[in-house]
Amino acid sequence: MHTSTLAELARKLRAKEFSVTELTKAFLRRIEAAQPGLNAFITVTSESALAQAAASDRALAAGSAGPLTGLPLAHKDIFCTRGVRTSCGSRMLDNFVSPYDATVVEKLDASGMVTLGKTNMDEFAMGSSNETSWYGPVKNPWDLKLVPGGSSGGSAAAVAARIATIATATDTGGSIRQPASLCGVTGIKPTYGRVSRFGMIAFASSLDQGGLISQTAEDAAMVLQAMAGFDPRDSTSVDAPVPNYVAELDKPLAGLRIGLIKEFFDKGLDASVEKCIREALKVYEKLGAKLVEVKLPALPLSVPTYYVVAPAECSSNLARFDGVRYGYRAKDPKDLMDLYKRSRGEGFGAEVKRRIMTGTYVLSAGYYDAYYLKAQRVRQLINQDFKRAFGEVDVLMGPTAPDVAFSIGAKASDPIQMYLNDIYTIGANLAGVPAMSIPCGFVRDLPVGLQICGPHFAEAKLLNVAHAFQKETDWHKRIPAAFQKEVLS
Amino acid sequence: MSNNTAGWETVIGLEIHAQLATQSKIFSGSATAYGANPNSQANLVDLAYPGVLPVLNQEAVRMAVKFGLAVDAAVAERSVFARKNYFYPDLPKGYQISQYELPVVGKGHLDIVLDDGTKKRIGITRAHLEEDAGKSLHEGLPKQSGIDLNRAGTPLVEIVSEPDMRSAKEAVAYLKKVHTLVRYLEICDGNMQEGSFRCDANVSVRRVGAEKFGTRAEIKNINSFRFVEKAINYEVARQIDVLEGGGKVVQETRLYDPDKGETRSMRSKEEANDYRYFPDPDLLPVELDAAFIEAVRKTLPELPDQKAARFVATLGLSEYDAGVLTSSKELAAYYEEVAKLLAGGPNLSNNTPSKDLAKLAANWVAGSLAAALNENNLEITESRIDARRFAGLLSRIVDNTISGKIAKDVFEAMWAEGKDADAIIESKGLKQITDTGAIEKAIDEVMAKNPGQLADYRSGKDKLFGFFVGQVMKATGGKANPAQLNELLKKKLAG
Repeated sequence: MHTSTLAELARKLRAKEFSVTELTKAFLRRIEAAQPGLNAFITVTSESALAQAAASDRALAAGSAGPLTGLPLAHKDIFCTRGVRTSCGSRMLDNFVSPYDATVVEKLDASGMVTLGKTNMDEFAMGSSNETSWYGPVKNPWDLKLVPGGSSGGSAAAVAARIATIATATDTGGSIRQPASLCGVTGIKPTYGRVSRFGMIAFASSLDQGGLISQTAEDAAMVLQAMAGFDPRDSTSVDAPVPNYVAELDKPLAGLRIGLIKEFFDKGLDASVEKCIREALKVYEKLGAKLVEVKLPALPLSVPTYYVVAPAECSSNLARFDGVRYGYRAKDPKDLMDLYKRSRGEGFGAEVKRRIMTGTYVLSAGYYDAYYLKAQRVRQLINQDFKRAFGEVDVLMGPTAPDVAFSIGAKASDPIQMYLNDIYTIGANLAGVPAMSIPCGFVRDLPVGLQICGPHFAEAKLLNVAHAFQKETDWHKRIPAAFQKEVLS
Repeated sequence: MSNNTAGWETVIGLEIHAQLATQSKIFSGSATAYGANPNSQANLVDLAYPGVLPVLNQEAVRMAVKFGLAVDAAVAERSVFARKNYFYPDLPKGYQISQYELPVVGKGHLDIVLDDGTKKRIGITRAHLEEDAGKSLHEGLPKQSGIDLNRAGTPLVEIVSEPDMRSAKEAVAYLKKVHTLVRYLEICDGNMQEGSFRCDANVSVRRVGAEKFGTRAEIKNINSFRFVEKAINYEVARQIDVLEGGGKVVQETRLYDPDKGETRSMRSKEEANDYRYFPDPDLLPVELDAAFIEAVRKTLPELPDQKAARFVATLGLSEYDAGVLTSSKELAAYYEEVAKLLAGGPNLSNNTPSKDLAKLAANWVAGSLAAALNENNLEITESRIDARRFAGLLSRIVDNTISGKIAKDVFEAMWAEGKDADAIIESKGLKQITDTGAIEKAIDEVMAKNPGQLADYRSGKDKLFGFFVGQVMKATGGKANPAQLNELLKKKLAG
């Protein structure tokens, strides 16, 4: 049952091939077996999962089940879950048991899904390799010596290893799409404002967006349906109707105008990865789509822009972690300043501190105009680039990441090299547009992701375009060798 | 310290923080009531739990706009919330949500009346919305500090004036004017003891005739009118001393110590925080359309200046009386009710008070009643004599039942006993004697007892008339109607 997609599991549960409890137990066993090697989870919530499973079984028996009832889910440990530790991958919140549920958690609970646990992640979602987690790095299921990408590395690895069928994730600069690409799974970052940020621990508020990592676009469509929508508790969530994503999946693609982002096919892109992407594009041509090259001249500025905006917001967002009300508190502080300094000094890891310091610097008197204000202006230019492009084409395509997964430790000491891994994904965050990554082939036995990006609120179109590809290909069905068997050893 | 300010000019600007009288906080649903148990009015948003987000309370915006319209200011169609970043235990998020570059209220003004009766216009630079911080509690907690976050997130409007005031008195007059206004608008309860209304004063001095402002000091968190005056006067004298001694005033933040009556340095410019303001990405810009602003304008009450002008124009009051009576909405309402009831009394056909009645009511409300309230430290709403009873008292002056002099005694008895004027006049037998026969009888007796004075009067000592008035009044216990007494006495003395 682990190889099934969410859509298949839903059918099998209704056909009574197995119960939700059996399904849940099977996944809990897989998680337990995979955990020592993979480290994809921070917390496994077996007990509450089995209670939810029993309730789902009753609902199915009573005929009151919804389309998602009983389907297994994992949450990135950035979403607050009531009564369960919500660590955000940080020592700072290692002892933090959230007293409330994030809106996303509340909605998916209400849909009847069964939460298996909380997935590992880069500390406060700051990282592209999952090496910054307080709980140790997540391994790439395709090769345990490699990183799974980040920051949603736990969610991506869990889905790739089929120890979860779908997982929530968040994307501030590529944190859904890049690990999806590196782990050979499907990832969707919706439009900024499509999914509530309430209860999602903030990294960079103007860029953060919750989304999903799944096996297929169809699965993502099913769950996004329940996740998306306006939330009065999040002023930046958008009050626009949520279309029926599943109903739009099978629309024909004939006449679809696909823009290839010229700036993405540059010298930074691995030649084999480029070849793989170009092969994938042929599938679309076969489906009747038209490829056009488009230029987004401001897009190469997205990395420096991002590394001003995101740290600036993070330096302020993370000020609340001061050792006063919750979370890590230094022992025996001498005075207030000592309490602040040591609680934050000991509670945060190196990458988080680096970004807090960068952000504090760019907002400082005398530097604000040169950095923050200028970055905001460049952000406007990038926004305009996307707008102009979507006047010419329906979707944009290109690589998700410049290369396949790299070795653990390879870039850990070189932040710039690490940051460049997000070079193709950051633009969508700065412009707030939705984007996906879908598996489109392999290079050196490692998965490659194709990035698809659309105009604001075009999630239905993206899922439709991704689903069409997945009907033609089987890259998304490939499972890493070590995780193919039902019972893991 | 120098008391001689000759040759120096004082320059003052005020930053007033007024707590908005909303039911809930500016970015959360918690209640804002004062005096609740510590942290009983702080929810996860106020406590800045991970993942929570602020949601703007529209009522706070409406109140700020109301203020803006009342001071004739430009209300911004688009204003932006910004984060002011600094660490302090009573600031749970590590930043205060405020408005920085784009405040909701722009330039406006307010007029104050100076001692010589002339008006002076004080410029208002801006007014912006922000959230209050919590409180740190140190009492009873050895080597620890307690944090009460009930106040954290309470909406404030910060009203920033131009440096237009030239003395502590002007500053107090302006502060009082704003205080009156926010209560008229019902956007702030104005309670200074509870900290609902407080101010920072920016004070500098310069040589008379100098164009450039001197270096200023900011005196923080002054919470009474008296302290504002004292703090500014102290600070002005201090700065003059420094300058006359050849020194330089340092730009710094100072604290007023009401016990010692002095200001002292809190932190210098160099030690000041770099607040790293930037637009809050969790909140959308506040966009107000003309329809909203007009709808708020329609809710504006008659403002103090408008009311005072009406009292002068239609009721014939002096500017001074009108100013006193409109200093609070409640006092003005009390006065107007008294005047109307008086006009609608038995001797009058309608309830538009004549100017005489309006003046009588004004004299009494602004005089004896205000004095009694002041003496007992009461607000007009707590007056022991309500408007109906007060009008009852005045109507007995108008219908000649008692004289103005007796009325003062009746007032005091009413205040002490809480009874109607009529009941007191009755029980104490204070009713004025208007019976001609009774007055004549009293005159006859006085004349009989004082033959010498009578002879002197009749031989030309006119001044003795006063003596006879006094004697008759004494004989009647002060109750003889003065006008009748005069008339009858003149006749009788003439023989």
